[in-house]
Amino acid sequence: MTDPRRTALFETHQALGARCIDFGGWEMPVQYTGIVDEHRAVREACGLFDISHMGELMVGGARAAEFLDHALTNTASKLGVGEAQYSLMCNDHGGVLDDLYVYRVAKEVYLLVVNASRIAEDLSELQRLVAEFESTCTVNVVDESDNLSAVAVQGPHVNRFISQLFPESGLIAVERPAALEKNQIDAFIFEGKDVYVSRTGYTGEDGFELIAPNEIIKILWERIMELGRDHGVKPAGLGARDTLRMEMGYPLYGHELSEDVSPLEAGLGFFVDMEKSFRGRGELGFQEKEGLTRRNMAFAMTAKSPPPREGYTVWVGDEKIGAVTSGTQSPSLRTGIGMAYINQPHAKRGTEIEIEIRGRRFPAELRKKPLYQKT
Amino acid sequence: MSSIPDNLKYTASHEWIRIEGDTAVVGITDHAQAELTDIVYVELPEVGRTLAVGEGCGVVESVKTASDLYAPIAGEITEINSALEDAPEQVNESPYDEGWFFKLKISGEPDLSGALDAAGYASQIGEC
Repeated sequence: MTDPRRTALFETHQALGARCIDFGGWEMPVQYTGIVDEHRAVREACGLFDISHMGELMVGGARAAEFLDHALTNTASKLGVGEAQYSLMCNDHGGVLDDLYVYRVAKEVYLLVVNASRIAEDLSELQRLVAEFESTCTVNVVDESDNLSAVAVQGPHVNRFISQLFPESGLIAVERPAALEKNQIDAFIFEGKDVYVSRTGYTGEDGFELIAPNEIIKILWERIMELGRDHGVKPAGLGARDTLRMEMGYPLYGHELSEDVSPLEAGLGFFVDMEKSFRGRGELGFQEKEGLTRRNMAFAMTAKSPPPREGYTVWVGDEKIGAVTSGTQSPSLRTGIGMAYINQPHAKRGTEIEIEIRGRRFPAELRKKPLYQKT
Repeated sequence: MSSIPDNLKYTASHEWIRIEGDTAVVGITDHAQAELTDIVYVELPEVGRTLAVGEGCGVVESVKTASDLYAPIAGEITEINSALEDAPEQVNESPYDEGWFFKLKISGEPDLSGALDAAGYASQIGEC
């Protein structure tokens, strides 16, 4: 075992009294004041997350767009400069190697934000695909993860103060961060360095993700805490990040996603462009034609029960129909919620199921994602 | 610093024990509730069940994890704190009073030789 890695914000977390856990080989804050408290801050005001553990891969070159269309399920070539999309990378069997965000930051340059635990795998897969793709190597894949840090500022109050961080206009298109639309990105100068700011997130709230060189991330964090003070900003850990994403039904690699499931089974067909050729397309085409044997669905408990957890068995009558991939007590809905792979023909909204918890079964219902919607 | 009352006994697995005659009242410590935070579900043993020392007898669930509860002393369950069913947050708010878990009738002479006193528990959790 190697020691877990620490982000450039580790001392900041310690000073804030964070409790840390190992996540994908990183020692990350799971909570500061408490998961529920931080969760509410994000739903009602604003939360600040350290997401520096995530990987940043730069893909550049004259054929970068074409290459990414081949490597990923979504169509990167359709993005304009300053636009972003969610995408997936599959293996030859249509299994998910990683899920990621693709940002087009220049005509021939894409930024890929990938899961911390998958950086090495993604890099080697992409480099191997580049070598297959062309012999002249006009596409480069460079791992910038060690040089870049990132934070997510999420919640309904963020837009009130985010632009004050960056007095100068964006280098790509917009005047200020507040002018970014959902899934847009721009670069702004902060402390003399370029900071990527995108209107994206993993919480279901309005918000931004900021990617910056390691050396300025601490001061960026402090400035956000300062500017956000009157807007209810709180530091938030991976615990709240997890409950927030579960309420939205967003997948997490290693739980809903793995090399053994396809994007279609995960319910992510929207991010798979079957009109083009890409790695894994053959198997996905087969699944589409033959019909899926299982599908990831969200569920909510319908009576008082312990919180559902990963690995619990899902029943309909005497039949085991699936297994829970993520579960928790929803702070917003005040009931147990989760996601599970459900065998067909049961994977339909409204199906009444039972979750087995320590030998007892508790009633639940398959529901539409997201489980939580703003009223 | 968490609260560790002097009049209680403690286990390494973070239960507290208060002896009242031939009855032991059991809960989890302030330190344990603070570590767990946001307790959302408590599963308690059935009244009438006989427990051996160290026997698993319940589960405390926070938003993040489930933790097992162990009998700190042998005996028969005589009463459980059923208020925790609807208000598990009482364990966070009042771990030594409203947040108690169960009472058991001690079998024979109370054997607390394996238990810690307040100073011993403080030392175990690194608060001394």
